[in-house]
Amino acid sequence: MSIRVRVNGVEQELDVDPEMPLLWALRDVLGLTGTKYGCGQALCGACSVHLDGQVVRACVTPIRRADGREVTTIEGLSPDGGHPLQRAWVELGVPQCGFCQSGQLMCAAALLAKKPQPTDADIDQSLAGNLCRCGTYTRIRAAVKKAAGVPDSK
Amino acid sequence: MSQQPVVFTRRSFLEGLNLSVGGLALGLVPTVSAEAAVPGVKSAPELRPNVFVHVAADGLVTIVCHRSEMGQGIRSSMPVVIADELGADMARVKVVQAVGDAVYGDQNTDGSSSIRGVFQELRRTGATARTMLVAAAAKRWKVKPAQCEAREHAVYLRDGQRSLGFGELVADAVKLPVPKAEAVQLRPLTELRRVGTELPLLDGPAYVTGKAVFGADVKLPGMLIAVVARPPVVGGRVVRFDATRALAVPGVKQVLELPAPHRPYLFQGWGGVAVLAENTWAAMRGRQALDIIWENGPNESYDSEKYRLALLESVRAPGKPARSVGDVDKALASAARVVEAEYYAPHLSHAPMEPPVALARVAGGVCEVWAPTQHPQAARTEAAKMAGLAEDKVTVNVTLLGGGFGRKSKADFVAEAVFLAKTAGVPVRVQWTREDDIRHDYYHSASAQKLSAGLDAQGKPTAWLHRTAFPAIRSTFSEDVTGPVARDLNQGVLDLALDIPNVRAEMGEALAKVRIGWLRSVNNIFHGYAVGSFMDELAHARGVDPRDNLLEVIGPARKVSVAELGVTTLPNYGAPVEAHPVDAGRLRRVIERVTEMSGWSERAKNGRTLGLAAHRSFLSYVGVVVSMTKDAVGKARVDEAWVVVDAGLVVNPDRVRAQMEGSIIFGMSLAMYGSITMKEGATEQSNFRDYRLVRIAEAPKAIHVDIVRSEEAPGGVGEPGVPPVAPAIVNALFALTGVRVRELPIIRTVPV
Repeated sequence: MSIRVRVNGVEQELDVDPEMPLLWALRDVLGLTGTKYGCGQALCGACSVHLDGQVVRACVTPIRRADGREVTTIEGLSPDGGHPLQRAWVELGVPQCGFCQSGQLMCAAALLAKKPQPTDADIDQSLAGNLCRCGTYTRIRAAVKKAAGVPDSK
Repeated sequence: MSQQPVVFTRRSFLEGLNLSVGGLALGLVPTVSAEAAVPGVKSAPELRPNVFVHVAADGLVTIVCHRSEMGQGIRSSMPVVIADELGADMARVKVVQAVGDAVYGDQNTDGSSSIRGVFQELRRTGATARTMLVAAAAKRWKVKPAQCEAREHAVYLRDGQRSLGFGELVADAVKLPVPKAEAVQLRPLTELRRVGTELPLLDGPAYVTGKAVFGADVKLPGMLIAVVARPPVVGGRVVRFDATRALAVPGVKQVLELPAPHRPYLFQGWGGVAVLAENTWAAMRGRQALDIIWENGPNESYDSEKYRLALLESVRAPGKPARSVGDVDKALASAARVVEAEYYAPHLSHAPMEPPVALARVAGGVCEVWAPTQHPQAARTEAAKMAGLAEDKVTVNVTLLGGGFGRKSKADFVAEAVFLAKTAGVPVRVQWTREDDIRHDYYHSASAQKLSAGLDAQGKPTAWLHRTAFPAIRSTFSEDVTGPVARDLNQGVLDLALDIPNVRAEMGEALAKVRIGWLRSVNNIFHGYAVGSFMDELAHARGVDPRDNLLEVIGPARKVSVAELGVTTLPNYGAPVEAHPVDAGRLRRVIERVTEMSGWSERAKNGRTLGLAAHRSFLSYVGVVVSMTKDAVGKARVDEAWVVVDAGLVVNPDRVRAQMEGSIIFGMSLAMYGSITMKEGATEQSNFRDYRLVRIAEAPKAIHVDIVRSEEAPGGVGEPGVPPVAPAIVNALFALTGVRVRELPIIRTVPV
């Protein structure tokens, strides 16, 4: 079965098992390795991407669900790494090992698109599904607020 | 941005890592010298006084990072030390990741050893290049080298009138002999301009754009992905299997049996059956379709709950002494009061966000590996064994690590990839699933401890007895290990400063039933938990403020001699005691500062419940205070945390702060939720659903970190933040609820 999906603005036609999770289609078929495998069960958020602007966990999203739709991955978040979140992430030194950060960024970007001035509670809720074993959570909160122009009281 | 499948050749792989791939950089790496002969690249002279630093005629300085980047920021730190000694401008420095090769010395990135272990040696590599460039300039100007200085990527005559760029001096410098180490003078610390300042995160832009290359991001032409069905119990084996259904899955190409390991397990693979497919999904589906009959072997009898009881029994009886001063038995017998407590902490899994993964190609008499390894030389050794090649035919390329925490020091997953690549005749990436990772780890030791303190009539401590039992890491490497030996107690038992006249530490027997490995801060996790908790228990028993009690029991500021500790030698993390003594003064200072920062004395007035603990490990001293509150549904949570770290001289303060922040979260996960249990030899947990980690909403609203300014020799940074976290939480929880948690994880006793 052939699946047509727009990935980061580019039309793709994929001849793969329709049950193949979007994660593996992105990584193994399209070579977009910025989206990470961390758990395979939507428990860690490392594979978070946007499907028509909404966050999905690519590891449990069959590619057939993306048929005819628009997928955005970390590689497509901005043309040059200049998204306010990406800039804030670098300026505040958020990443440690960096592995979970593309998922964190995609979830944070979806939050800001919906709510440009988020509170700590909004951030905690939107990123509740994103694990970071290195423990960068406090910097993630600060960087989301920095990108949003929300003053950080801490 | 490419939407095409990315095929990484070696060169483009390095580009993906944001590294220089000119012939210059590759030429530095001895094992790939063949690739240095890229046509048109190598023509101008290049200054190569050693394998770490290299100056090209165009002025480009290449610095090799020989330690693995796993989140500690080593690639943003080590090269700065060399560049500062050289006098290089970081804007004109390329950082290249070393392959696994003994020419770099020890590359095992564990033990919080990178900066503390080689700070002086690294400085010397940069200083050697500087000495040669300065000598070349002096010769050109017909002056003494002492009249010249190197800074900002050039050598200046001290009169300020003349200067020559590094690149302009290369042609002359290469003709000079490389000076002997003793002839190379290091700069005074004040001249290391960037060391200790706010440094940029080298790989930051790559991390946030998805361009950073981790273990699973390297692709080779014709490669297959392998997913392995491993025996449920370590030491188990495949009796027989039927691959028919697996091979029928579209995309599955081969099914191969892996060799079963023999005791001791070392870095051997776990055995099992591998499904090799065109993509990861097909390999995973193929694995599900395998029909395998397992034989579990002797470890099938392992039940971690029964083992817990056995460990506790072990510390209820006298063990083998590891530290002794005075007469503890007599002092306890004559004490007015004895305070006692037993503690248990379970097995833990590392669970780095990136599960183990490795790619190997064995062809044409050489083997190449790409892996997120903390220990590239061990990976090289294992790869050579598996490939049946000499080590000089094996190249281990180190990718970025999506977390390590000790798991990726073990080369088992590299051994699997090499075996499969060799057997299949194509490049193979072995991909561990999260379930594989949690079920087949080198687990952190389960442990039991008993602490007893004798108090005199005035409530002053007169005796301290610490018993500990846990399966030792050595059991993974040797057959005859029946429990810890004295050096295993180095971590938080032998090196504990105590102002008590009678002290003894003992170790009990504990046979290992699973593969035991080291996890971030290792035995300090449970020793720090028990000692830090017991100090608080002692304070409450004595009716003394926990801070004052802690300072009193540690005693006055002093360098504690091995005689006072009651040991003949102190392993001391491989460092001489003279350079890194057990310094009670430094431990006191982090306690004093962290309690000051957190408003410890005013906590009652401010309505806060705080818990305190401090610990020396990896030659550094860390004090932690946490504030705990109860949320609306009665769950206890860490509301705020304060950390003071004395790691001696610090190269990259922002990464030190980041490590301390991360240590709070890592310590919270293990203290509140962390537990791996085994029934019938098999691990009961499998993914983040049942191996729970702290999430963002549970993170404290703020983690305040203060670094003690110091010019003492550097200590460790990656691990020392972890040990005081669990006891600080447990102590705060006692203040909050009156419940003393003597068994981790806390969630077994108190809702968190």
